[in-house]
Amino acid sequence: MISNIAIVLFDGLAFGMLLFVLSVGLSVTLGLMNFINLAHGAFGMLGGYVTVWLMRQLGFPFLLTLPAAFLAAALLGVLLERTLFRRLYGAGELNQVLFTIGLVFVAAAVATYFFGTAQQPIVLPRWLRGSTEVFGLLLGNYRMFLVAISLAITGLLFFTLERTRFGARIRAAVDNQRVAQGLGMDVERIFAITFAIGSGLAGLGGALAIEIVGLDPSFGFHFLVYVLIVVSVGGLGSIAGSFAGAALLGIGDVAGKYFMPEAGSFLIYLLLVAILLVRPLGLFGKR
Amino acid sequence: MTEPMLETRGLTKRFGSLEVARDVSIVLPRGARHALIGPNGAGKTTLINLITGQLKPDAGQILLAGEDVTNLATTARVRRGLTRTFQINTLFPDLTPIEAVTLAVCERDGVAGQFWRSLAAHEAAIEESYTILRELSLADVATRRTRTLAYGQQRLLEIALALATRPRVLLLDEPAAGVPKDESAMLFEVVAGLPDDISVLFIEHDMSIVFTFATRIIVLVAGGVLVEAEPDAIRSDPRVREVYLGHGHNG
Amino acid sequence: MSNAPSTAAEPLAWLRQRSRWSVFEIVFWLATLLPFYFFPTYLNLASQVAIAALFAVSVDLVLGYAGIVTLGHAMFFGLGAYTAALISQAGWSEPLTGLVLSAAFVGLVGYVVSFLIVRVQHLALIMVTLGLGLLTYELANAMTWLTGGTDGLRLPRTWPVLGYFKFDLWGFTSYGYALAILLAGFLISRRIVNSAFGLALRGVRENVRRMPAIGSEHRAHLRKIYAISAALAGVAGAILTHTTSTVALDVLSFERSADVVVMLILGGTGRLYGAILGAIIFLVAQDQLAGINPQYWYFWIGLLLMVVVLFLPNGILGGLERLVRGRHD
Repeated sequence: MISNIAIVLFDGLAFGMLLFVLSVGLSVTLGLMNFINLAHGAFGMLGGYVTVWLMRQLGFPFLLTLPAAFLAAALLGVLLERTLFRRLYGAGELNQVLFTIGLVFVAAAVATYFFGTAQQPIVLPRWLRGSTEVFGLLLGNYRMFLVAISLAITGLLFFTLERTRFGARIRAAVDNQRVAQGLGMDVERIFAITFAIGSGLAGLGGALAIEIVGLDPSFGFHFLVYVLIVVSVGGLGSIAGSFAGAALLGIGDVAGKYFMPEAGSFLIYLLLVAILLVRPLGLFGKR
Repeated sequence: MTEPMLETRGLTKRFGSLEVARDVSIVLPRGARHALIGPNGAGKTTLINLITGQLKPDAGQILLAGEDVTNLATTARVRRGLTRTFQINTLFPDLTPIEAVTLAVCERDGVAGQFWRSLAAHEAAIEESYTILRELSLADVATRRTRTLAYGQQRLLEIALALATRPRVLLLDEPAAGVPKDESAMLFEVVAGLPDDISVLFIEHDMSIVFTFATRIIVLVAGGVLVEAEPDAIRSDPRVREVYLGHGHNG
Repeated sequence: MSNAPSTAAEPLAWLRQRSRWSVFEIVFWLATLLPFYFFPTYLNLASQVAIAALFAVSVDLVLGYAGIVTLGHAMFFGLGAYTAALISQAGWSEPLTGLVLSAAFVGLVGYVVSFLIVRVQHLALIMVTLGLGLLTYELANAMTWLTGGTDGLRLPRTWPVLGYFKFDLWGFTSYGYALAILLAGFLISRRIVNSAFGLALRGVRENVRRMPAIGSEHRAHLRKIYAISAALAGVAGAILTHTTSTVALDVLSFERSADVVVMLILGGTGRLYGAILGAIIFLVAQDQLAGINPQYWYFWIGLLLMVVVLFLPNGILGGLERLVRGRHD
């Protein structure tokens, strides 16, 4: 029984790490630009399809497709931000929500056109398949890989934000955009670069997600709710918040489905509403 | 000695280690025309936020006509006659002045919750708001959307909204901010022409206006009251001159 | 002081004129009778449009007028549908009383929920409405013994309206019933938005920060309109149950919540007629394009959404208004 709980916790944590990679970009860009980008999940979908295509058509090894997925999503993110999103920065939440939902619709349709509606399985390299015994528990290799990569990314993000000058600029701009501008910071460039990184991470998350949750054109929608929960519960502009929110949601989701399948996602939504009512800015939110 | 309309006792507020209000005690008698001056960052707007309830003080009391309002919400204070205007226009862009001021009047009269009566049926409220607009030279633009008004007119509308609440104490946060010199004089004529029983405290940077319209001046520096006195005393106070060295304003 | 007139006659007249019935409005409502004579085979679609229009009007009250962005209003639509269904299932299939009971119950639920809604803003508000909607769906999905789960409920045929107008397959009564209630709901909404309360709501939407500064208990205003809106949405759901004699989980779905918001953005928010127009366009387009691959439907809707938000942020009615207004204002 204990080992069951331990494995559920681990699986939940792994899923949470995946959610973190998928969501952290949205948390930072939301905190930075106050732009509700519901198409964030579509970047994840793009990353997933890039991986599938590179592996199937060009025979790329899995690990090599990961940076490619990141780059593809990052590029598309910057492109969209510079051409379309920036026109909506002051347009109000409803308009941003509807515009980006429209974008998800379009992305899903395009994905269907090129890849069809079927699930896209991939074949992982041998060392990522199966499980290994760790401290008496049989843990999935891929899930351990997920946790490791996510922790590495978390560390990288923290280091960048806290230790580098660019990170300091992002933090300043999140805290107070007008003052940052007044201090001579090129806020537009900060937006573009941050958006690129955020979307890139979503793409990477989508690529990593294929093995856990599969990939089809509805990925953008399916994960939209998860991502939004992570971001709003964690708090906008907070990496620690996204981490906590993602871990909570991941464990809660897996544990819930395992121990109380009849409850469905009811408890998750209940928790979401309850948390937001007590702390509207999220657990780690500042504004 | 009649009791003051507005009194603060030892108002203190800290943000972490930054003290934005230090033991501020001021008194506003009936009919006051007091100016609140001080260098940028002195905490003038913060003080107004504390008095109106937008900020909770860490210590101190606020008394309105002798009544302790320190723990009342902003709305309750407005209902008791404590109103402020905003330094940055905080208006209703898509409403017309007549609608905005009528809304304020209806809220004051407690009828803004009536969803069955047509707005046009509130004739008394509309008449009253039109009178206010007339007094502020906004009657001509009463039915134009606020967002289309000239900046100076918007500043006047700020005051109109505040007047609609029938304040006993009126706190004006830089009412002429951003308004060209010639128009700001007119704006302050309006302020000077307010009924004698209203107590006014206004934040202002232009010293010529301060010395023309204020009967008493409070100087705020780094969150604390440096000195409070009549204009002549302030004019010759060496501490005040030191504070303003290099600011380019002269009075 | 200027040489402006000393009475408020002019602005008063302007305010009166704003709430007066225009010719276009009369023509529009007369036109809603056309389907009876000219499109009798489309009466069931017309009923759906009327139901969606009433739902859209209810959402416009909170979204367009009070500025509350909600992605979960199907919660109230569905609650109304299920309430009417359960009443019918219990043996009382009279439509008008069923409507009143549903409206009362859903209005009460809406009032309770409103206390939660006014505590949050921006993203948290969107998420709370979304969460509540999804939550209600899951709840209904799990309570199969009450709701019939994914199969839904089959109900006894609704009794004739006013004891005379029978519900049948042709849809005459259905459309007449739906249209009449739509008109009633619309008239109530119109009264509300043209009142001082409606003005207060617009004040909240325009600048919520200024409201306490003019002495407004704006949260009380928001709770009131949210409850009224919930009741109206519930009425729309109840009509759906009455006209189809069935109810299924889709009345609570996120799709329904999202569709109604799309209708509003299409037609234009904060205009009531925009809600109706959006409903008409959305459902007629959906009906005409039903045969096409669902993927392409979503592609075009997505594209339309993006285009409307970028170029017609006030919807079609807003765009028309701008054309007509031209230099004025």
